Amino acid sequence: MNVVKNFAKGIIKENPVLVLILGTCPTLATSTSVINALGMGAAATVVLICSNIVISALRKVIPDKVRIPCYIVLIAGFVTAVQMLVKAFAPALDQSLGIYLPLIVVNCIILGRAEMFANKNNVFDSAIDAIGMGIGFTLALFMMATIRETFGNGTFCGMEIPVLKDNKVMILTMAPGGFFVFGLLIAFMNKFAKHKPAKKDFGCEGCPQAESCGKISCDEKVKEAAVND
Amino acid sequence: MIKLIIILLSAVFINNYVLSRFLGICPFLGVSKKLDSATGMSLAVIFVMLIATAVTWPIQMYLLNPNGLGYLQTIVFILVIAALVQLVEIVLKRYVPSLHKSLGVYLPLITTNCAVLGVTILNIDEGYTFVEAMVNSLGSGLGFFLAMVMFSGVRSTIEGSDIPKSFQGLPITLIAASITSLSFLGFGGVIENLFA
Repeated sequence: MNVVKNFAKGIIKENPVLVLILGTCPTLATSTSVINALGMGAAATVVLICSNIVISALRKVIPDKVRIPCYIVLIAGFVTAVQMLVKAFAPALDQSLGIYLPLIVVNCIILGRAEMFANKNNVFDSAIDAIGMGIGFTLALFMMATIRETFGNGTFCGMEIPVLKDNKVMILTMAPGGFFVFGLLIAFMNKFAKHKPAKKDFGCEGCPQAESCGKISCDEKVKEAAVND
Repeated sequence: MIKLIIILLSAVFINNYVLSRFLGICPFLGVSKKLDSATGMSLAVIFVMLIATAVTWPIQMYLLNPNGLGYLQTIVFILVIAALVQLVEIVLKRYVPSLHKSLGVYLPLITTNCAVLGVTILNIDEGYTFVEAMVNSLGSGLGFFLAMVMFSGVRSTIEGSDIPKSFQGLPITLIAASITSLSFLGFGGVIENLFA
């Protein structure tokens, strides 16, 4: 697998948010303003890079049976570190992200990449994959936040936009607007992205627990081959 | 007492975990296709939320805080929840097989459910007492249940309708969720004034 392909797939072809449909909770919750979205994207990217590197380095050490708990502990460690850094150097961001910062632990993107990529590939590839995925996640958050903030609040990064400021669509910054914009963006990706709209339903390939979930709602089991092409 | 009722009602309606706080979206979108699986999943969530709060609240207050280890919250909570879910599954399997049969498949899914971790952390952040924390967990669980059951009804209506191609599957589900969440906006401000 070459490096560029590995890096670029996270941004469009396998965009974790818009194509793999992972990490929906933080996407919906933190995309009310551009600053929040970028902060969340950066925090998650840092955790993702660290966890992917360490999990990939330890992939031969961690026993297969207890791998998920091991990953969770590793990820939780990195999240705590990031949480403390944000608290110390960007207290305003810590305030506005609130509960969603510690909840990076249960962000499916991070566990999903560990399970789908890092435990099968070497350290360098995993790091590249993590950077690509992190940028893809941040980009998707940025797109959503731009739509929601400019039209919902009439501002961009806190700067007022003349005409939109007087014609706010307040609902976009509230919860229903989040679901709505997210739905539109995915529909847009389905329509215009070159890949086939593979996602007929909720993203099971990416979910680390797809196997047990498969008993309930998903028809197909995890397709490792499809993910790892 | 009134404070407890306010906490309960606002957790169910105003700060609904799924529809206004965006926690637990994964099961909300993934398991809400059929009414019986939606019910099973949400009952399991209520159950785990209550047990998790009952265990994590004392740990934070009597173990972590007095020893200055508050920053270990995230690691400790996720570990406790993961271990707890396993334990509950084993206990149920051994002693209450009928309950295990109906909730068993959903339990492993809950370990990495952000709603459960979210409720335990929020209980600490909000400075609730033990009783208030338990009530808040119950309310959050009930809110999750309500959203799941309502939404599974909405989804069964979508199944049969004619939808533009690019909207099929997830996009239309999200837009339906948006409308469902719109209905919850109406509760804002009601509960605080109910007892005023």
